[in-house]
Parts: sequence; C-alpha cells; structure tokens
Amino acid sequence: MKKYLIALLFAPLMAFASGGNVHLDKWPGSVGDKAALQNGAKLFVNYCLNCHGASYMRYKNLMDLGLTETQVKDNLMFTSDKIGGLMAVAARSDEQKLWFGATPPDLTIVARARGEAGNAGAGADWLYTYLRSFYRDANRPTGWNNVIFENVGMPHALYGLQGQQVLNHETHKLELAVPGAMAPAEFDKAVSDLVGFMVWMGEPQQEFRRTLGFFVLAFLAILFVVAYALKKEYWKDIH
Amino acid sequence: MAAGNFEKYKSDGSLAGNALEWLDARFPATSMWKGHLSEYYAPKNFNFWYFFGSLALLVLVIQIVTGIFLVMHYKPDAAVNANGVPVAFASVEYIMRDVPGGWLIRYMHSTGASAFFIVVYLHMFRGLLYGSYRKPRELTWLFGVGIFLCLMGEAFFGYLLPWGQMSFWGAQVIVNLFSAIPIIGPDLSILIRGDFVVGDATLNRFFSFHVIAFPLVLIGLVAAHVLALHETGSNNPDGVEIKANKDENGIPRDGIPFHPYYTVKDIVGVIVFLMVFSAVMFWAPEGGGYFLETPNFYPADPLKTPPHIAPVWYFTPFYSILRAVTYPLFGLDAKFWGVVAMGASVVIFAFLPWLDRSPVKSIRYRGPIYKTLLTIFVICFFILGYLGTLSPSPMGELVSQICSVFYFAFFLGMPWWSRMDKFSPVPDRVTMK
Repeated sequence: MKKYLIALLFAPLMAFASGGNVHLDKWPGSVGDKAALQNGAKLFVNYCLNCHGASYMRYKNLMDLGLTETQVKDNLMFTSDKIGGLMAVAARSDEQKLWFGATPPDLTIVARARGEAGNAGAGADWLYTYLRSFYRDANRPTGWNNVIFENVGMPHALYGLQGQQVLNHETHKLELAVPGAMAPAEFDKAVSDLVGFMVWMGEPQQEFRRTLGFFVLAFLAILFVVAYALKKEYWKDIH
Repeated sequence: MAAGNFEKYKSDGSLAGNALEWLDARFPATSMWKGHLSEYYAPKNFNFWYFFGSLALLVLVIQIVTGIFLVMHYKPDAAVNANGVPVAFASVEYIMRDVPGGWLIRYMHSTGASAFFIVVYLHMFRGLLYGSYRKPRELTWLFGVGIFLCLMGEAFFGYLLPWGQMSFWGAQVIVNLFSAIPIIGPDLSILIRGDFVVGDATLNRFFSFHVIAFPLVLIGLVAAHVLALHETGSNNPDGVEIKANKDENGIPRDGIPFHPYYTVKDIVGVIVFLMVFSAVMFWAPEGGGYFLETPNFYPADPLKTPPHIAPVWYFTPFYSILRAVTYPLFGLDAKFWGVVAMGASVVIFAFLPWLDRSPVKSIRYRGPIYKTLLTIFVICFFILGYLGTLSPSPMGELVSQICSVFYFAFFLGMPWWSRMDKFSPVPDRVTMK
C-alpha cells in the first residue's frame, strides 16, 4: 500500500511520453461551423469508428448537425440500423488488445480528456497535432510512430489522405515522403474538421449551454435591479 | 431570543386565522417565525463578509436538490458495460446527453461543489476577521468546524462517483493514507475500501455515504450551527455585543429584525452569487480544469496510474501540508506524520476560541501584529493551495515546508502574539461604515 504514496511522491519522474512540453499546433476550427462539423462526422465514422467507439453518443444526435434522419442513416450508419442506437464499435476489445497492444479508447469525450488544468481547450490542439504527426517507423509493429505520442499503438488511419511522412532525425522535422490523396493544406482542413467534430461530440449541447447562459445572466441582472431597489427601500431608515 | 416565549396566535375569525390558531396551538409556528426571523435581532452593521452564511445554506440546498435528481439516473456500478466502459462512468455521460436537462443538473452539482468550498472558506475567513468564534459563540464555531469536516468527507466520497481516472486514483491515494496509522492502519484502509483495492464495493459504500450518511449529519450540524447562533445572537464587524445595550422593550438598540431587513439584503447577495455561479456553469463548467479535472474524462483504469494525481483545488492546501512532511520521527515514517499534520491543519481551527487571547474581537480594533500575521496566513494558504495542484518538486517542497511551519505557528503562537498587539478602544455601539 505504501507504494502508491511513493509513486505519488515521485510522479514527475514518470512523466508521460506524450505529455508536457511538446509543441502543439493551435486547432484553427470552431464548433459553430455546421458544414465543417458534418465533414468531421463523415471522416469520423469512416476512419475512426472502425476501431474506436463513441459509445456515449447516439446516431440521432448527429441530426443536431443539420442532417435529416435519412441523411444520417444513408451516410453515417454502417454498424447499426437503429437511429437511436449508440455509436458503438463492432470490433471486440479483447481482440483489439491483441492487435494493437492496447484497447483503442472510446473517443466520445477524448477532446475534453486531453485538456489541461488552466487550459481546457488544449485537448483540441493536442488532437489536431497528434493526427498530423504520424511518420513511418519500421521498428514499430504497425509500421507507424507518432512525434507527440511516442510508440503509440495506433497506426496512421488517415495515411491514404495525408500520404506518408518520415522523420528527419537531423532536423527532427517531419517530411512528406509519399503524397496522399489530399494536398497538405487540404489535409490540415480535413483534420481540423475531424477535431471539430470530436470537440462538438464531447458536449453536443455546448453551444446551447453558452447561449442559455446569456439569457440566464440577463434575467438575473433584471432581478438584481429589482432586489437592490427593494433592499434600498427597506433600509432607508437604518443609519 | 429563545423560541417559545412568544404569545400564541389569536384568530381574527377568518378561516385562515382559525387555521393558523389551530396550528399554532399544536406547533411552535409563531415562536419559530418570530424567534428566528421577524423578531430575531441582528446587528445593523453587517458588511460584505456576512453574505456567506446564507449563501452556504443556499448552496447546500442546490446540492441536495440537484443530487436528488442525479441519483435518479446515476448508477454506482464499477462493472464494464457492453461497450467496455464502466457503468458508473457511462451513466454520468448518459445524464449529460440523454437525460433532458441532465447536463444542467450535473453542472449545477459539480459547480456547486466548488462553490460550496469557496463560500465556506470566505465564511470562515469572516470569523477570523471579526473574532466571531470568541466567547460566547464557541459552540457555534465548533459546529461550524464539524460542518467543514463533514463537507470535506462529503466532497471526497462524491468525487469517486463519476468513476473517472482522478476519482479512482484520488480515492486510492487518500484511502491509503489511513494505512499509515500504526497497527490498525492496514486493516482500517481495507475496512474503508471494502476490498483490497478501490473497486465496486468502494464505489457502492462511498455512494451510500455521499447520498445518505453525510448529508444527514451535515443537515443536523447546520441546524445546530444556526440554533446556537440564534441563542447567542450574531457577532458583527465591530465585535460589539449588541445585547449589552437594550432599549426599554428589551430590544438591542443596534439590532434590526432579521426579517425583513436581512432577508431582502441576502436576496441581493443571492442574486449576485447566482450571477457568478451561472457564469461559471454556463461558460466554463470545467472551471479551467480545476472544478472538473480533465483526467476524469477518462474512465477509471486500475492498471494505468495517471502521471500526476492532484486532488480537487479545495483540498490542495491541506494536501500540500501532507506532502511537506518528509522526515520520519520516533520510528514512524514520514507518511504517518504527514497524515497527522494534514489532520491537525484542519482540526486546529476548532481550538481558535481558546487560542485567541486578545482583549478585542474585531480586526478593526486590533493592531499591526494581527493584521500582518493574518495576511501572511492567507498568503501561505494560497501558496499551499497552488503547490498542491502541482507535481512535487524540490523547490515546491521547501516552499510548502516554510508555509506549513507558518500555518501552524500562526495558530500555536496565538496565545502569546494575540495578547501583545496594540489595540485601539472599542466603541460602545456598532458603527456603520
């Protein structure tokens, strides 16, 4: 039992391979862009949902992105035929653990989980950088490695779009060795849309929450004026 | 002022009047209303710092009401569901997404937890400013310390329930602290967990403590806190006893009825508080990663220790004191003494009424010694709190040791330094500043 406290005291020595002082590119998107979110949803179900679940989300929630039920059913539902079903993954987690060394985590709230104390938005930056930082590495079982998540179990799911990067060990910079289906700027936009979808999926009602906040604050401001006047009236004789 | 000395209600012959007379003959309705509100005389010079008592009560109500609704949908189950996620963790996201308005209820509860501690810390600081713990209000203060301890337990048990990474590992670390107690420690920590590791048994008993045991004790202590206060009457920013100067009807000359004067004033405080509360809840519910810690968005994984286990912000000052103790003593290891220091740093507040020997209560009539030491104490408290959120470092350890020593010196030296100060004369009547 003592070892937990010891582990605690020496926590900084066990710094995360992926955490801390790596440079993250700022995610350029926003969750207000419906077209970008729809594109992100398409990329997500095509490239991520095969291995990762989004099991707190229901397909019908995708209709909040301005899609009809038919559009969701025809374009975004491959593993389920129930619009109210959870966006679960078909692959079995124990098999995945054998294939990749670790079970791919559920991605529903990964953008929130990757945030940092004092910078909750850092999760989006991390995902945006991570998905663009894969490179070819013959020493890894999948043939892929990642600059900001060293020895990650995940192969580069988007390599058909990005192409294949290699790490220049002298400059420590990534270079595009084999081009993919998209030009670099086009690919960055696609990743930005995908990250946007994951940020939105982390809390689908977040825009409504912010808007509702203005109404609540406006109501309280009016209430304040009334309550303050009432207090003044009662207290006018107290000296 | 005690309830029971008021005349029973006499009906004016109307139906409502008859009903009230019937009620009042069988239940102390009039005497409670008058004794605690309409004829409870509070000093007229309460300032900003006196809002936090009623606000603490408000937050307690928010927590209980939102808690009732959360329990309707939350499932304290550490087993893994069909999608490989613990049921408890998934049920929180179910509340956030599928329960209508569930996200609002959940954010009210999570923001309310932090708000509770902010309000209570400010309420306690008010006590330090104006000597509210001094005779004759020692018992009110002791009930208050009991509430604070109970609140810490309540927060600790509640934090396990979302079953995230920080829930799990935070509970693991804190429960293991009990194993540092000699002889009974290891068995005690197993008794608390109900298992050899934090698991389903732990989650279920913490759920029980969080929703039944501790709220019951908390409500009882709050009632005792308010009753004891209303027996002695409130202190005020001048530290003057208003009961020492009464008019011919036996009413304190500097007192005003709590209702309507302080009810209308507290409503203003409540609205301002709700504005701040709502701003956080609607625009920054994570509280910058301090109210909802980001690692807690990963489900609990007993095989993956987070690189940095930090308690929620309201525990960090005491957690820093725990970490500051690094020397073994009398053959017992440093961890044990750390636990002792952490416990002492909380419990020491209970001794304030007897540690403070100054002839005046309020900081207004105290001298530079108290003002300086209290300022340093608050700074130390903030530094300790900040360091508690960080990973340990040699520099942080040294600073936290210095702050911890001052923290205890403030209390333990009080019987001497509180007497030595330069005091100014206390007026007979309260002043309206």
